[in-house]
Amino acid sequence: MNSQATDAPRPTGRAPHFDVAIVGAGPAGLAAAAAASDSGARVAVVDAAEQPGGQYWRHRSEAAGVPEGGEYHHGWKQYLALRARFDSGIAAGRITYLPSTSVWMARPVAGAVSGAAGASGAAGASGAAGAGAGSPGPLASHPAFALELTPAHGGGPSPVPSIRAAALVLATGGYDRQLPVPGWQLPGVMAAGGIQAFVKQNGMLPGSRFVIAGTGPFLLPVAANITQAGGSVAAVLESASLMGWLPRAHRAAGVPAKGIEGAGYVAAFIKNRIPYRIRTVITEILGTEHVTGVRTARVRSTGETIPGSEREITGIDGVGLGWGFTPQLELPVQLGVSTRVDVDGSLVGIVDETGLSTVPGLYLAGEITGVGGAPLSVLEGEIAGRSAASSVLGAQGAVTASERRILARNRGFAEAMHLAHPVPAGWADRLTPETTVCRCEEVSFGELGHAHTELAADDLRTEKGLTRAGMGWCQGRVCGFAVSCLSAGAGAVGAEAVPSAESAAHSLSQSAKRPVAQPLPLSALRDLQD
Amino acid sequence: MSAQPIDPAQGEVRATFEGEPISCSPGASVAAALIATGKRGWRETKSGATRGLFCGIGVCFDCLVEIDGESGQRSCMIPLREGMDVRQAKGPGGTGEEPRGDARGQELGNALGDAVSDARDEEAGE
Ligand SMILES: Cc1cc2nc3c(=O)[nH]c(=O)nc-3n(C[C@H](O)[C@H](O)[C@H](O)COP(=O)(O)OP(=O)(O)OC[C@H]3O[C@@H](n4cnc5c(N)ncnc54)[C@H](O)[C@@H]3O)c2cc1C
Ligand code: FES
Repeated sequence: MNSQATDAPRPTGRAPHFDVAIVGAGPAGLAAAAAASDSGARVAVVDAAEQPGGQYWRHRSEAAGVPEGGEYHHGWKQYLALRARFDSGIAAGRITYLPSTSVWMARPVAGAVSGAAGASGAAGASGAAGAGAGSPGPLASHPAFALELTPAHGGGPSPVPSIRAAALVLATGGYDRQLPVPGWQLPGVMAAGGIQAFVKQNGMLPGSRFVIAGTGPFLLPVAANITQAGGSVAAVLESASLMGWLPRAHRAAGVPAKGIEGAGYVAAFIKNRIPYRIRTVITEILGTEHVTGVRTARVRSTGETIPGSEREITGIDGVGLGWGFTPQLELPVQLGVSTRVDVDGSLVGIVDETGLSTVPGLYLAGEITGVGGAPLSVLEGEIAGRSAASSVLGAQGAVTASERRILARNRGFAEAMHLAHPVPAGWADRLTPETTVCRCEEVSFGELGHAHTELAADDLRTEKGLTRAGMGWCQGRVCGFAVSCLSAGAGAVGAEAVPSAESAAHSLSQSAKRPVAQPLPLSALRDLQD
Repeated sequence: MSAQPIDPAQGEVRATFEGEPISCSPGASVAAALIATGKRGWRETKSGATRGLFCGIGVCFDCLVEIDGESGQRSCMIPLREGMDVRQAKGPGGTGEEPRGDARGQELGNALGDAVSDARDEEAGE
């Protein structure tokens, strides 16, 4: 058995085997790794990024020695604490960290003892005995999962092409949810989170003067970081009225840290004179070579734009768009976990309070159990990592009363946030027949409408077959939500605007099924045999 | 591995895009180096439209370039390295005459069914 994964021979030889494998080293994955390692498990952590942190704690390059003081970050101290636990797990030989590596496929290992219940009884003793400081003993149980790996970029095979684990924690996070708007394909238009990520990673801005638009409190840190990095923000446009918070104010009050963070943004907005307009949307993005301006309008709660409220904002070179986040569910779906549609309309994995999914031995943590922000992701990761380790080592990993309380409070806050910042009704009424909906295949709203009304395409799969929407490079990651809504007949003003939970779930689960979770060179397939 | 790097960043990383010099601070992405030269878009779609960064985190594939002869690379994800030869994306997703669609994904989608069942069979014998 080869425990030093990086020394594993390839392409022959058995795949290295771990007690717990974790995919993702963001807030949830880092916490899961720290907790599983602290419990004495032998852990593998695979992450596509070059260094730990995920989206929330994405930072300047450690390899290049660029100092990171955490000035663009919240909870940076918490990151450093988690990181210290993570690094000491690596130093003790309990954590094998595989950065710049993507998991492109996850599958159950046929004939394995079930990772959770089955393995724990028999293996508990040896696992516990082997958990002494710095000298992990023999592995606790039979592998239940196989993960196929590929370098996150560049060509060639992964140094470790495949790993096995008795229990698996998926913490793959999410990305900005998008809705099409005329002109959004112009260079300079970015996902709001993409601007944030760019600043955190590169210490520079992808433009100089921005308009940030969409919905949700996340628009605020994006604008704040832009001004902090020396750029300016012409306006932040929030489609919701914020009245949605009123009946739910007590839930916000349950998470005081959010209030303090919010107060910081208000201060930054006042200091930098950033206009924050509610019930306002971008109706068109202007420019020829790249973005130079936007048209905006106020909207009624029913979705119609208010006549006479149109304005133009010019002299900008950047636009950030974000309508909440879409969890990255390829791997859970590949492994057959049951899913549901969350209050924000996202497809998420179903878990119990320990993070256990409907597949034995498979735990989910962070955004993929429901978008709820970094603090909740950390707590879920901590619990899932601990539970996964104890399921393999045969120890107790129960959730404490205080954890249960904090989980409930954060979930309550997340739900209030989703209900107060819905995807606005009537968004599709602002599209023209020429508006690009699928960016990769350049499929227009007109083409999709034709497929829906004339050819009876009423789900994403049919739309895809008829129009090629969602069949390009990104495999529908960007247009999937919009096409799901449009093909389910939604997008109109009023109650019609969001598809029924049922049709959305059906359509979204179709779009989450991707044969390949991450892009990979064909050589990865050649080397699949082991 | 340390959470707090001790050495300050030094100098800049120099490479080329289509033969023209580009540069950025150490650790910054290929996309950052392109943006730093004032470029907002560097890829052409099949319809001839220009694209640059969109998602910023490797999800959308708008930012594709060719790096040292390796096509289909996401410039937002890859740190610029000294002497890199960065080119405009060619082939599917870039300019060029290739058929519509994601050749990589397509090919894979088809190859994958077989690969998965092969792998499963073998796994059963493990
Ligand atoms: C671009 C972006 C910027 C954001 N910025 C902020 C912000 O400033 N403030 C805020 O409050 N919230 C922000 N968010 C939301 C925030 O990211 C989440 O609340 C939090 O990071 C969730 O933690 P997580 O661990 O679930 O996922 P993430 O932090 O998303 O981490 C997931 C990790 O999994 C890895 N991964 C995914 N799939 C694979 C795979 N197949 N193989 C290998 N690795 C994989 C990714 O590389 C990533 O490192 C942002 C979100 C995005 C998308
Ligand atoms: S900008 Fe989306 S993949 Fe690089």
